[in-house]
Amino acid sequence: MNNNMTDFDWKPLALVPLLALIVAPFIGSGSTWLTLTVAGLAMGMIIFIIASGLTLVFGLMDVLNFGHGVFIALGAFVATSVLGSMADYTNSDSLVDNMLAVLPAMVIAMMVAGAVGLAFERFIVRPVYGNHLKQILITMGGMIIGEEMIKVIWGPLQIPLPLPQAMRGSIFIGDAAIEKYRLIAVVVGVAVFAVLWWVLARTKVGLLIRAGVQDREMVESLGYRIKRLFIGVFVVGSALAGLGGVMWGLYQQSVVPQMGAQVNVLIFIVIIIGGLGSTTGALIGALLVGLMANYTGFLVPKAALFSNIALMMAILLWRPQGVYALSK
Amino acid sequence: MNAMLNKVLSNDLPRSKVLAVLLIALVVALALAPFVFPGAKALSVAAKILIFIVLVASFDLLLGYTGIVSFAQTMFFGIGAYGIAIASTRMGPGWGAIFVGLVAALALSFVLALLVGLFSLRVRAIFFSMITLAVAAAFQTLASQLSDFTGGEDGLTFKMPEILSPAWQLSEEPILGITIDGRIVCYYFLFVIAVVLFLAMLRIVNSPFGRTLQAIRENEFRAEAIGYRVVYFRTMSSILSALFATLAGAMLAIWLRYNGPDTSLSFEIMLDVLLIVVIGGMGTIYGAAIGAGIFVVAQSYLQDLLKLASDAASGVSWLAALLSPDRWLLWLGVLFVLSVYYFPTGIVGRLRHQK
Repeated sequence: MNNNMTDFDWKPLALVPLLALIVAPFIGSGSTWLTLTVAGLAMGMIIFIIASGLTLVFGLMDVLNFGHGVFIALGAFVATSVLGSMADYTNSDSLVDNMLAVLPAMVIAMMVAGAVGLAFERFIVRPVYGNHLKQILITMGGMIIGEEMIKVIWGPLQIPLPLPQAMRGSIFIGDAAIEKYRLIAVVVGVAVFAVLWWVLARTKVGLLIRAGVQDREMVESLGYRIKRLFIGVFVVGSALAGLGGVMWGLYQQSVVPQMGAQVNVLIFIVIIIGGLGSTTGALIGALLVGLMANYTGFLVPKAALFSNIALMMAILLWRPQGVYALSK
Repeated sequence: MNAMLNKVLSNDLPRSKVLAVLLIALVVALALAPFVFPGAKALSVAAKILIFIVLVASFDLLLGYTGIVSFAQTMFFGIGAYGIAIASTRMGPGWGAIFVGLVAALALSFVLALLVGLFSLRVRAIFFSMITLAVAAAFQTLASQLSDFTGGEDGLTFKMPEILSPAWQLSEEPILGITIDGRIVCYYFLFVIAVVLFLAMLRIVNSPFGRTLQAIRENEFRAEAIGYRVVYFRTMSSILSALFATLAGAMLAIWLRYNGPDTSLSFEIMLDVLLIVVIGGMGTIYGAAIGAGIFVVAQSYLQDLLKLASDAASGVSWLAALLSPDRWLLWLGVLFVLSVYYFPTGIVGRLRHQK
């Protein structure tokens, strides 16, 4: 989010194309490489959508929310209910009809996740500001309760979340098969990033958020109510996690109540790589993790999760605070 | 007598009459369990309490005394269990296999705890929580994928030395109405180990080293300023905690003569341990014993009670769903959140302040 081009630290940004180029010779075929790269970018963008809220919440208020995963699962489960009730639209061959089902599902999922986020902030997070130990414990407790409530409402079993008709299948660029949904995911991800970037870089609220991340007390002393700003960021972050949950559910084509905890692991790796509190860092971390997961999934399937940890370790050796450390 | 007790308990007496009574009751109940509570289920519950006391106390060393949260405690627990399981499967049953498995497991835990500590604790304690979560998840996946070695999802079933196996009998004649078989020998074997490990941990937290950990927990900056190297102490604490958890895992494998990813590595066990430490009382070691006792008994018997309540509420479907025994973690979660808010010192802390 640094507008001063000369100061901007390009090295971390270069890591993403660098990773894609380094693995290319190992994969061999160009079309396979393209398929994997697009898949990795799609996965990375979804992870970024989820991680952006978490990292901002941490940057702004020093609150680490271990319960972030609940909003992912919540969004995905709401989507199963909404899409399930709109079978006419999802079974239609027209992309417009499909969108008429998926968009409301996304909006409703975001609204539900945002509303629950508001309650979560009020009852779970607010009483333990400034105490990391209790925050970790409490938000983990919130995660347990949330996951169990999802089981009460939707049942403990896996629910299929099939892609709408027109979003299935692949398109071909040369020999490379690229799944349509992955392209859609990239487009949605870029759109979310663009809006987020615009809000943070070009609006008053964004200015205050960035200033708050840098120096909370200074912003408060200028007369702005940072707590209110924080609640807003928390709710938006939860809503984005809900949106990410819908997209992740469609990506996996099924949802389980434990999905939040599973994705949480990836999200943590991402925000550690990115540097806690940095949105740009989260984007880089998410893309690296997404690409890495897909490349190793193809080359050495058994090492998929370990490769991300190895990636994180390598980054931490280079920059112990993550690629974009906040000067705190 | 008093001086000796002081020495055994490292000058850390219960300091509360109710707590002392509870602890004595727990020790007596566990010591006499095979005779007082006959039956296979009761003995298994008692053995599980023994194992959990060690596991939870090892976690308390880190969470309660050092003030850092690890989500990899079950990883080390699993390493201990797999150490025994793999060695016993490959080398055949025997004390040699137990010894080799244990040493290998302790070495692996040591290296892993050291690595994770060095990578995360030098930055911020909060990194440690996130990195342990990720490493533990990766380890769990790895354990179920290396199926040639670990038995995969099915796990490993193996035999123990003869004296610890159910077929062994001391004599045909029952003693105090109970036939002394390998099961009971094995139980007392675990009992002795649990007591020794528990007292060792009590010793550690009441040593100068333990006091330093508490100082770091209370004020990291000040401890560093006095000249204690915070990173060193935190890493040492995390290694010690990992080693004790590994020993607890070995106890589990010896008792069950089976190990698989769900029995020792699963995240549910991690959550259980977290709940027990907080509800029992962080930073007291005794809280681990009381908490583990209450929790395991509740888990084994209270779920039946929840089932009764659920059946009674079967007319109201949402209430029945909430009270279903499968949702027992929901109520524990609520209890956990409430106890972090309203009595962060847990049962033991409460009892000690109530004078």
